[in-house]
Amino acid sequence: MSVSQAAAKTDFARFEARFGSAILGRGRIVDVPTVFRVKREGVVEMLRFLRDEPELRFGMLTDLTVLDCVGLRDGDRFDVVYLLHSLTRLDRVGLRCAVPEEDCRIASAVGLFKNADWLEREAWDQYGVRFEGHPNLKRILNHKEFVGHPLRKDYDIYKGQWLSEADDLLDELEIRHRLDPKPGAGERESMVLNIGPSHPATHGTLRSLVELEGETILYAIPEIGYLHRGFEKSAETHEWNQVIPYTDRLNYCSCLINNVAYVRAVESLCGIEATDRCKFIRVIISELSRIMDHLVCNGANLVDLGALTNFWYLFNMREKIYNLIESLTGARLTTSYTRVGGLWQDATPDFEEAVRALLKEIPKAVGDTLKLVARNRIFLDRTVGVGKISLEEAISYGFTGPCLRAAGLEFDLRKAYPYDHYDLFDFEIPSGHQGDTYDRVMVRFEEINQSCRIIEQALRKMPGGPVNAEHPAVIIPDKPHTYGSIEGLVNHFKIIMHGVNVPAGEVYTATEAANGELGFYIVSDREMKPYKCRCRAPCFHLYSAFPRLAEGGLIADAIAILGSLNVVAGELDR
Amino acid sequence: MGVDEGRTAAGVQAGKSLARGAHVMSPVGEGVYLTRLDAVINWARKNSMWPLPFGTACCAIEFMGILSSVFDLSRFGAEVVRFSPRQSDLLIISGTVTYKQAPILRLIYDQMCEPKWVIAMGVCASSGGFYDNYCTLQGIDKVIPVDYYVAGCPPRPEAVMQALLDLQKRVESNPAPR
Repeated sequence: MSVSQAAAKTDFARFEARFGSAILGRGRIVDVPTVFRVKREGVVEMLRFLRDEPELRFGMLTDLTVLDCVGLRDGDRFDVVYLLHSLTRLDRVGLRCAVPEEDCRIASAVGLFKNADWLEREAWDQYGVRFEGHPNLKRILNHKEFVGHPLRKDYDIYKGQWLSEADDLLDELEIRHRLDPKPGAGERESMVLNIGPSHPATHGTLRSLVELEGETILYAIPEIGYLHRGFEKSAETHEWNQVIPYTDRLNYCSCLINNVAYVRAVESLCGIEATDRCKFIRVIISELSRIMDHLVCNGANLVDLGALTNFWYLFNMREKIYNLIESLTGARLTTSYTRVGGLWQDATPDFEEAVRALLKEIPKAVGDTLKLVARNRIFLDRTVGVGKISLEEAISYGFTGPCLRAAGLEFDLRKAYPYDHYDLFDFEIPSGHQGDTYDRVMVRFEEINQSCRIIEQALRKMPGGPVNAEHPAVIIPDKPHTYGSIEGLVNHFKIIMHGVNVPAGEVYTATEAANGELGFYIVSDREMKPYKCRCRAPCFHLYSAFPRLAEGGLIADAIAILGSLNVVAGELDR
Repeated sequence: MGVDEGRTAAGVQAGKSLARGAHVMSPVGEGVYLTRLDAVINWARKNSMWPLPFGTACCAIEFMGILSSVFDLSRFGAEVVRFSPRQSDLLIISGTVTYKQAPILRLIYDQMCEPKWVIAMGVCASSGGFYDNYCTLQGIDKVIPVDYYVAGCPPRPEAVMQALLDLQKRVESNPAPR
């Protein structure tokens, strides 16, 4: 299946007619053309209508979050924000419902979208909005003994709370037993086993409680939040450009894409267009990051399957890319290379030559690895048909990126909404057939090749010129201007003392990151810091499907599935 | 080992070196050396440390780099990473530890057998780093003792190797095995 760009934008006439008085207003935010302000009573019906009506078909719940409006307006304190995406017609729509503090509840959308389960738990955890009808409304990022809701504006950022003992998760297992009784469960003696968080295949921060019959997983209860380090709250207390280092550490396998994704959102909000040279450099570093991310993901996944040699092949390549990144940004891993309106600095003189040299070596590393695994009996037995997911379910879970493509949809934000001149490049979107572990691994290998193609074309077409936009409100003037003119001096002073000037408004900008759709929903109230900086993390949605993928399979399969989802804890827990 | 030194003047040299707590061995006959048991044990320990990589975040990715071919921690005898605390004697915390993670870190540390050493890799493990907020533990030394702090966000691989080498010196000069 493929998605065409020329699809028509949505006509909401029937939606508006159907829900008439429940719709309080219609507006837009930057990069989301339609946002309805609605009454909270009918919101689930509206979501259902938007999802199911043939001319609407907003099949994916991209994000669900809460905005604490305490400093923005009088009246109801919270706004619950739903963002929906139509992958077939390439349109986005938002719904927002005001919820008062004293009666902080809204109906749950768990029955409509599978990823609503975790999203609503997060909203409850962070903001204290109660989702009625949710089967297991329990904290998800913060620990069970936490008191209060940290993303409320009146929660002190420094107020840490100790946890005395890790959660045993048995209450969640009980809920699963009740809601989803399985034949065989309880008949014979089953075993409850804790996997992680300190476990070689769970990357130190993922934990699952599994109930086993023999080696078959009956129920899997994942627990996340072990690396919840307060990205959003920290972003709200830092200047716009100071947030960039925090974005490095979201998906730390591909920091540069996060840098790009964040500044793209802020630039959209400011109405700044990056220069052509800047965009080309961003494309090259994004694709290099994507390659690095896939190298680590596939390398680590193969290690978990027992194929250690591949890890050395792939990681060696990564080291070579590190050398380039280090010469470009000064850091191997945590790059912080972009700035609002441009880049920290232009590419080094030997940048293009070094990238060309890398392009010769990357296919060799991939080729060497594929020679070892592509027709390897063990690898095939461990991955083909393991952890299958259908396209409909993948969309309902909010899958994006390689995992969605592995389920059979050729969808890529770089093609669907070409940004940063991606429409100038000739590349293909690899996709799988059955959405199993094998497809997910192979889609990533092919994406490495496609990224090489993009980089190669970008190098050929790379324009000259400045890397920073001409925009005195966000870009520090160069030294001759700072010292030679009063405007330059004033601009320099303003930016250094007060940070970049971002107009009031809201934006949701999505970028195709290595793991899928990395979106930033940012609210500015014209202060020097973001009022809210929400990160829509692709692997939060991917990992929420883990029980669905792992249940019914063997423990060993669960390890293979987990690796193929590429769950990066920094991004998962933020 | 300073074997040559021991060969030349067995008794005197051996006495001197034991007083220093060093690992020089002395021959009593062809192929036989005398030393203190703890010197031998320390020597063996320092050259075969088994790290438990308590990797939680970005630093864990760098730790993968330290283990892989270019930097190759196995040159210093510490490449056998074990995720079982019962099998390891060096706990390397690479990454941020949150309040939610803290009880687990303590449990892992308690499960390790003595003697054991702890390296806090990176500023998050050392002090919380720039995550000064409601969910991040402000340094793992609030939960477990730490032998060596490595600065950096993340530290360069060389810095971690330096930490290991320095720690080896401490292990070697332990007066008696802990």
